[in-house]
Amino acid sequence: MSELGPMILNVKGLHKSFEDKDVLKGIDLELYRGQIVALIGSSGSGKSTLLRCVNLLEEISDGQIFLNDEDISEPTINQDEVRRQIGLVFQAYNLFAHLSIEENITLALRHVKGLSTAEAKAKALALLDRIGLADKADEYPDKLSGGQQQRTAIMRAVALEPTLLLLDEVTSALDPELVGEVLELIRDLKAGGTSILMATHELTFARDVADWVVFLDGGVIIEEGPAKEFFGNPQNPRTIEFLQRLRRRAGDA
Amino acid sequence: MSNTKARQGQPSEIELNRRAFRKSRKQKSTLVAVLSTIGFAIVAWLSLVNTPGWDRVQQSFFDYDTAVKALPHVLDGLLLNLRVLFFSAIGVLVFGLALALLRTLRAPIFTPIRLLVRGYVDLFRGLPLIIVLYLVGFGIPGLRLEFLGRIPAEVLGTTALILTYSAYVAEVFRAGIEAVHPSQRLAARSLGLTYAQSMRLVVLPQAFRKVAPPLMNDFVSLQKDVGLISVLGAVDAVRGAQIEVAHFANFTPYVIAGLLFVLLAIPTVRLADYVTGRLAKREQAGGVL
Ligand SMILES: Nc1ncnc2c1ncn2[C@@H]1O[C@H](COP(=O)(O)OP(=O)(O)O)[C@@H](O)[C@H]1O
Ligand SMILES: [Mg+2]
Repeated sequence: MSELGPMILNVKGLHKSFEDKDVLKGIDLELYRGQIVALIGSSGSGKSTLLRCVNLLEEISDGQIFLNDEDISEPTINQDEVRRQIGLVFQAYNLFAHLSIEENITLALRHVKGLSTAEAKAKALALLDRIGLADKADEYPDKLSGGQQQRTAIMRAVALEPTLLLLDEVTSALDPELVGEVLELIRDLKAGGTSILMATHELTFARDVADWVVFLDGGVIIEEGPAKEFFGNPQNPRTIEFLQRLRRRAGDA
Repeated sequence: MSNTKARQGQPSEIELNRRAFRKSRKQKSTLVAVLSTIGFAIVAWLSLVNTPGWDRVQQSFFDYDTAVKALPHVLDGLLLNLRVLFFSAIGVLVFGLALALLRTLRAPIFTPIRLLVRGYVDLFRGLPLIIVLYLVGFGIPGLRLEFLGRIPAEVLGTTALILTYSAYVAEVFRAGIEAVHPSQRLAARSLGLTYAQSMRLVVLPQAFRKVAPPLMNDFVSLQKDVGLISVLGAVDAVRGAQIEVAHFANFTPYVIAGLLFVLLAIPTVRLADYVTGRLAKREQAGGVL
């Protein structure tokens, strides 16, 4: 194991319930700078809820969330300020349908970061160039493939230089042949030092790229560990069963 | 061989025959449509002019001389209608949007405001416009608020139109705002945009597009309903026509006023059709992921 950087995210005893339904029942999670932590678990296990709690899109029911040692679960915190430091990309419909690809990226640069129109445009074009979409800058999202849309959405989040990037099954709605290009981008981001917490069903990718894997089931962490050990030698019977099920499905496809 | 040709833009003989057939079939059906329309119009016209009372109806509703003499006065009145339409439309958009936005506020402290807005919308969607016109038109002056002075009938009429139409338009806007995919709002918030910024920069621009067709339909209704301010005594096209009717003892001015309103509505109706069609096409083509 290489030296750990500073702790970016620290979730302590997080609970979240909707009405009287407990969705997250005491989650503890740590993420260090430059790491990718992969959240896996079947549908409904609470992955999205966890990510949304971290981004303060949901009010948590108990516990604490620290971002760079600051308790962002304090009610007095400026939530918009916190969200500026955390990027979030989900399965689909990320891009603003009424704006061009370039405007999608410049919007927050201008209105959140306060960049001038020219600065924002230059930055957007540079980012689009990095993912090979500079020539699509003026196109609208519905003219792009799903993979291109998701890569743009990720770059839109990255443009704000977030402390932490949250990815919620960003490849789940894609045609299989488009998954690779998005995963490739995530790999690049990690190489560039971005800290990422991602919910995913891409086991191979998680094994190869994630530093830490967390298996969530029924709102609790069943098992977690370094990617190699987690996949090489899972301990909990539920983990083993889940991995087998997912691999069988991947084998079918 | 013919296949390769077809691919290079040179249609094969079979395709040429097919096209010729389709063309002649289309010409035939156009011809049938034209002929049957003309035939129908002739029958309708003949049966109308052969009704026993046609001569009298023609004299009192379609009299050319009366039409020419009444036209200037009716047109004058129409200018007032247009002015009322202009201010009503702006007032309705602003007030309707404000109502819709108030209704989207979810925080508990806004509950009374939300309930108030809902009550307002229910009330004014149920009240017949003519009653609102009477209540505003005769009620507000009846309050004898000295500082307001004497309020012109068209201002009262405009107020009544705004009150009523805002209730409809608020519902249209609300539906539009709710039709924007929730992910769009989440995406905006997660970029750090504030609630107000998300609304202004992301949700509303998309909502406006979605509600353009129903909004235009409401505008067409408003175009007609501006004629109702005549009940308050404002000399608009309808009231102008009424005066001319009394003067000439002939109903032709009403027909003139009616025709003018129709002429006014046609461009908007066409525009509404065009916009609706274009949006539907975009919606069909727009494969998001
Ligand atoms: N806003 C909500 N209200 C009520 N229940 C919710 C809400 N959001 C999520 N849930 C429930 O929480 C559970 C976990 O959902 P989610 O976090 O989306 O799981 P995952 O992303 O792992 O599929 C599900 O049972 C879901 O029905
Ligand atoms: Mg989910």
